[in-house]
Amino acid sequence: MKAAVISFPGSNCDEDLVWALNTVCGQDVDLVPASATALDGYDLVLLPGGFSYGDYLRSGAIAKFAPIMPAVRRFAAAGGYVIGICNGFQILTEAGLLPGALQANTSLKFICEPEPLTVANAATAFSSAYSDGQSLTLPIAHGEGNYYADAATLAALEANHQVVFRYAANPNGSLNDIAGIVNARGNVLGMMPHPERAVEALLGGTDGLGVFQSLIDATKGAADAKRA
Amino acid sequence: MYKAEIYVNYKPSVLDPKAEVIKQTLARLGDTNVATVLVGKYFELTLAADSQAAAEEQIDRICDSMLANVNMESYRFTVQAVAQ
Repeated sequence: MKAAVISFPGSNCDEDLVWALNTVCGQDVDLVPASATALDGYDLVLLPGGFSYGDYLRSGAIAKFAPIMPAVRRFAAAGGYVIGICNGFQILTEAGLLPGALQANTSLKFICEPEPLTVANAATAFSSAYSDGQSLTLPIAHGEGNYYADAATLAALEANHQVVFRYAANPNGSLNDIAGIVNARGNVLGMMPHPERAVEALLGGTDGLGVFQSLIDATKGAADAKRA
Repeated sequence: MYKAEIYVNYKPSVLDPKAEVIKQTLARLGDTNVATVLVGKYFELTLAADSQAAAEEQIDRICDSMLANVNMESYRFTVQAVAQ
């Protein structure tokens, strides 16, 4: 599997994603600058955490106009797997690739804590290594992780089983305890918790590995289908 | 030249924690009669355009695509002709 980690000015979890996918999971990974305009030959595109463009205007509001974003849209429209973590999730909602928005935590505090989560849907390409209802602990580190969507959007998300991860003890005010969602097609996921920070026991836990294992399985299936 | 004055606010259905903190603090300081607080953003743009209508259309597009996140915010603006 060959993955592209997009590096925006102000991204600070891009190297962590490379570490998780390459060093820990043994996959082929390129760091692709946001100034690039093509994503040909990749099986997976990852938008990392951080503070792209200084979070000016709103988190992700400038990043959605980065030169790489048309290629990300094309990649997603063609059914490619895209995952946005933390600031990456904020960018995906700003870009309209995922519904809703992330606003300031109700506490108005930046929260950096290990956070208990529940797997709400293990039947996605991003969560198949987990089981429904499984408890996980993943680190969160954000000031704007409070998921908001209007009532109709929220109802549609629930009806289509698009909520993939929920907070067990809602830390930020997110509606329906939402920590991560997929689009209706199931090939774009955004999540506020950081699976890439939970891939080695040395760093406090390995509960995040499942996200990467799921994607390795999913892209393997896609590559096999292409060859067949 | 045209000058646009743009206001961006959370939609009424969105709880704004910053506004809540301001309201609570005002009440603690004795301003208990403050009923609502709305925190928003204000932008001023000047631009060259062929007409008032063209300037308004462009500002509307800029607000919709960048200055506001219409999932959670609404915007309003005025555009007026100004001297060069």
